[in-house]
Parts: sequence; structure tokens; C-alpha cells
Amino acid sequence: MLFGMLEIQRSLVDAIVAHARADHPDEACGVIAGPIGSDRPERLIPMVNAVRCPTLYEFDSMDLLRLYREMDDRDEVPVVIYHSHPATQAYPSRTDITQASEPDAHYVLVSIRETGPVEGPFEFRSFRIVDGEVTEEQISILE
Amino acid sequence: MTIEVRIPTILRPLTSGAKSVSAQGATLQEVLNDLELNYPGMGERLIDESGLRRFINIYVNDEDVRFLSGLQSAIGENDSITILPAVAGG
Repeated sequence: MLFGMLEIQRSLVDAIVAHARADHPDEACGVIAGPIGSDRPERLIPMVNAVRCPTLYEFDSMDLLRLYREMDDRDEVPVVIYHSHPATQAYPSRTDITQASEPDAHYVLVSIRETGPVEGPFEFRSFRIVDGEVTEEQISILE
Repeated sequence: MTIEVRIPTILRPLTSGAKSVSAQGATLQEVLNDLELNYPGMGERLIDESGLRRFINIYVNDEDVRFLSGLQSAIGENDSITILPAVAGG
């Protein structure tokens, strides 16, 4: 039984999975911004994984500043912070838990471990990560 | 000299929810010392024994202080400081 809930449009799910496949074998990462207080992910912003690594991701520090300035100007917050696990399950790693810095965000993980860069099954899960505690939530996909 | 400092969501419990606060100082170190005085606990969230924490980014205007002089970066009259935790994981 999962209590929290992420409501997300199908097109955004598809775009995240496509980003994960395109950046395979490295981790892909990004944000879906939405209006402050809405909890509604609307604007997908794929980010560059500055460390270009199959097991780590990090936004470039100047990209990060530009991203937060832009969201501020548009009265948005990062509703979803997503990244891929190219070869492991869609569950937060120890590093994901210690680095999580947005207590109000849905942390979305997508795993493409079954087929990698090509079409096929994937795992898509959402979590809250607050003070080192991980709570999985339901996902409701809006068609 | 009063400097505006933008505070990220995760540190706002220390500023009673304020998104931006005022601080004093002629270097980043002095500004952070002043923040710690007014918002106890802020300092250790930003720096450790080796300096600026690895997963904390601080910007003076549009510059990452790692590309300036780190904690010794000079802060001027109309500068603004932005603190952003890295978005990173594994």
C-alpha cells in the first residue's frame, strides 16, 4: 500500500524513458518543473549529466544556477527530479539518498536494465526522499 | 554593507521559511559567519573542515565561487549570493 501519489502525463513518462535510452550507458537526469504549490509536473527540462557516468549523475553547477533562476522567474519549482539506472533496479541508491536535497520533489527513477538503449520493458518508480528516509509513492499516468 | 543571500528550500527551516535573507561581510567566509550568527546551524550545512562542502554550490552573482576564490571570494556592495545544493546521485 503506497500513500503518496505522483500524477504525470504519459508524454512526460515517454520522454523520460527516451532520454534514459538516448544517454545509455550513462545515467540520464533532468527535472520536470511545475507551478509553485501545484504538485503538477509540466515542463520537462533534460539536463546534462556532468559526470557522464553509468553509476553517477550530477547537474553541471552553471546549468543548475540557470535552471533555478529560470524556474524562479516562471514561479516554478522542481516537481520531479528524475534520473536513470542503466543497469540496476529503479530504486534510490545510497548515494541518491544522501544527496537528495529537495524534500518537496518527487524523485523519479527509471531503469532500462532489460533492454538498454533499445525499446522494451522499463521500470518507472517515484519516491520521496526526506532526511535520509525513502518512501515510495503510487504513480497515476494521465493519458 | 548588506548582501542578499538566496536560501534553498532544504535550508529554509533555518530561516523560518525565508527564501532570501540579508547578511554582512566583505568575503564569502565573512558572509557565512554572519549567516551562522543569525541562523545557527547554517554554517555546518555549508562548510566542513576542508572548506565548502562538496555538494553545496555557492554563487556570487553569476559565478560559482569554486571558479573565484572559494571562501575568500570578495563580496561587494551590490553583489547577491545564491546557495544551491547539487542535484546529484548514483
